[in-house]
Amino acid sequence: MTTEDVKYTSAPSQSDDAYAGVNDDVDGRIFNVGGGDWDSITVAPEGETERIVVNMGPQHPSTHGVLRLILEIEGETVTEARCGIGYLHTGIEKNMEYRSFVQGVTYATRMDYLAPFYNEAVYCLAVEKLLGVTEQIPERATTIRVIMMELNRISSHLVALATGGMELGALTAMTFGFRERELVLELFELITGLRMNNAYIRPGGVATDFPADGVQQIRDTIPLLRKRLKDTGNLLIDNNIWMGRTSGIGYLDLTGCMALGISGPILRATGFPHDLRKSQPYCGYENYEFDVVTADTADAYGRFLIRIGEMEQSLRIVEQALDRLQPGPVMIEDKKIAWPSQLSVGSDGQGNSLDHIREIMSESMEALIHHFKLVTEGFRVPEGQVYTAIESPRGELGCHLVSSGGTRPYRVHFRDPSFTNLQSVAAMCEGGQIADVIAAVASIDPVMGGVDR
Amino acid sequence: MTEVPATPVPAVPVVPEGVTAFEVFHVREGAFGVEGSGDTSGFGGLVELMHMPEPSARPYGGWFDAVADELELSLTARGIDPQSAIEKVVVDREEISFFIRRELLVGVLSALRDEPGLRFEFSSGVSGVHYPSDLNREFHAAYHLLSISHNRRIRVEVTAPASDPHIPSSVSVYPTNDWHERETFDLFGIVFDGHPVLTRILMPDDWPGHPQRKDYPLGGIPVEYKGATIPPPDQRRSYNA
Repeated sequence: MTTEDVKYTSAPSQSDDAYAGVNDDVDGRIFNVGGGDWDSITVAPEGETERIVVNMGPQHPSTHGVLRLILEIEGETVTEARCGIGYLHTGIEKNMEYRSFVQGVTYATRMDYLAPFYNEAVYCLAVEKLLGVTEQIPERATTIRVIMMELNRISSHLVALATGGMELGALTAMTFGFRERELVLELFELITGLRMNNAYIRPGGVATDFPADGVQQIRDTIPLLRKRLKDTGNLLIDNNIWMGRTSGIGYLDLTGCMALGISGPILRATGFPHDLRKSQPYCGYENYEFDVVTADTADAYGRFLIRIGEMEQSLRIVEQALDRLQPGPVMIEDKKIAWPSQLSVGSDGQGNSLDHIREIMSESMEALIHHFKLVTEGFRVPEGQVYTAIESPRGELGCHLVSSGGTRPYRVHFRDPSFTNLQSVAAMCEGGQIADVIAAVASIDPVMGGVDR
Repeated sequence: MTEVPATPVPAVPVVPEGVTAFEVFHVREGAFGVEGSGDTSGFGGLVELMHMPEPSARPYGGWFDAVADELELSLTARGIDPQSAIEKVVVDREEISFFIRRELLVGVLSALRDEPGLRFEFSSGVSGVHYPSDLNREFHAAYHLLSISHNRRIRVEVTAPASDPHIPSSVSVYPTNDWHERETFDLFGIVFDGHPVLTRILMPDDWPGHPQRKDYPLGGIPVEYKGATIPPPDQRRSYNA
């Protein structure tokens, strides 16, 4: 900093704002942030114990992204806990109203960034239901969706364990969790070209078929994943320190869950086996054999056990899905809806397949017009509204989609489970210790991209 | 050749007296480009009315009739006249929506939650929709309810005029709707009367306006790329349909 800079900022300006530059607007009320002695800032009223309000976040590493916890504390005890959210609000729902139905996938996938395939799937299921083509989605596309979603459940639960472990000081859990997640992300990269924000599931099917070695790569990864997940479980399940930090912490019983609309592992930790994959199957989940994992402790430890158990069940589903996978198309047959080209990887990266480029550029004028109309305008979706819901790693992920009969959504609303589940922070944390707030929030596993959308 | 006097097309067509008006979903003007873009295709003059789905007639099919019967019975038992409470029932795409008069919303929701034959114990939240063309019913709030006991899902929809955007709060029946109503207030400006703390939740506290309303622009700044300027998404020439 030069001497001139110092003079510039500290020079007394026109008004009482010592920090205003010469060109700054100094009208109206001015807030200065400075240091001071606590006693001169606040004086505790007579006869009352000291009341301290602490902001935990939005930049605290233990708050899962930009979650702001406003805690009123008495000593080490939390007397009131409130959440401040909205720091990651990006207007995804508003933006989607200005893009075609296919482009919407690109936005939806960015909401809950740890479970992108679920966001895409729930949105595409809603579009397909509005179009009335749910029955026409090819079997192979549906099976691929199931494989990707269940692999995604594993990677999402691994982050929940890894970050939760890190926040409680279990750093080996973190390194294990992220190491195993890497195996899954490598599969995502192989299949979709991307590790996150994949935009792979599209209205009508999926963006592109598995690569030639895709199935084999998944099959090769499963035993390794199964072995390592067992290691992670063994590390923590009977671990005294881990149990001490999580048992009885963040308690929320079934009544509380129902009133607060809590779903997912938190609800199943009360012993209630509610899982939309079983009760309202979509994507053919009724054809797979798997168990709904529950616990009866209704605390953070129970939720941890459920996540460990669900990853094993997801591997079971992936294995069955791989066995069911039959050759066939991965995009709906209806040419008025289906994306005109398949993606392929060329020497210059991923793009439209060369055969398709050759056809539209030098063989068929009609194919070019068709491609252009479908890509720029998109397809029309008949008027109406639907609500679809799927079981994401965090609970019920819903999509309320309204169409006015045009090529863009009239309104899209996502019921993100993180958003709803965060409402339970007050019920879980009040009356407990500050240190337990971290364990409780980690067991909720909120993803702020989904909360704020 | 006689000159045809140019008549301005009203944004919302006038409905003659005594004719039951369809609820207008959306008025689509033009098909291509932003307004006044020098469109020569002729599509710029098109005005298309999109209508709300018509009320469904019984039988609704499946378990829908059972729910509707049970709801009417339980409302009567609670001293609410079902005829006045339920404006219409729409069955569309295997989903049932009950349009409820807003004054009676809380009573209807309690019946839906508590009656053994209904038991919609789980609320999946509130979602607002803004229909500027649906006169005196501009704001819709959709409540998605799930009955885990009976494995059924229904939608309850309430409307409010833009001149009086008030809907009674459902937090006393479904505490989970707390944040959902705050979000709907934040983004649409629907005031949920009786909500414990109806403050903004996603936007900053001092934000002017309600971003999800249809008359609220998307915003954005032009992007310059290699000397050319690309306007923000809502001002680009694009297909409107």
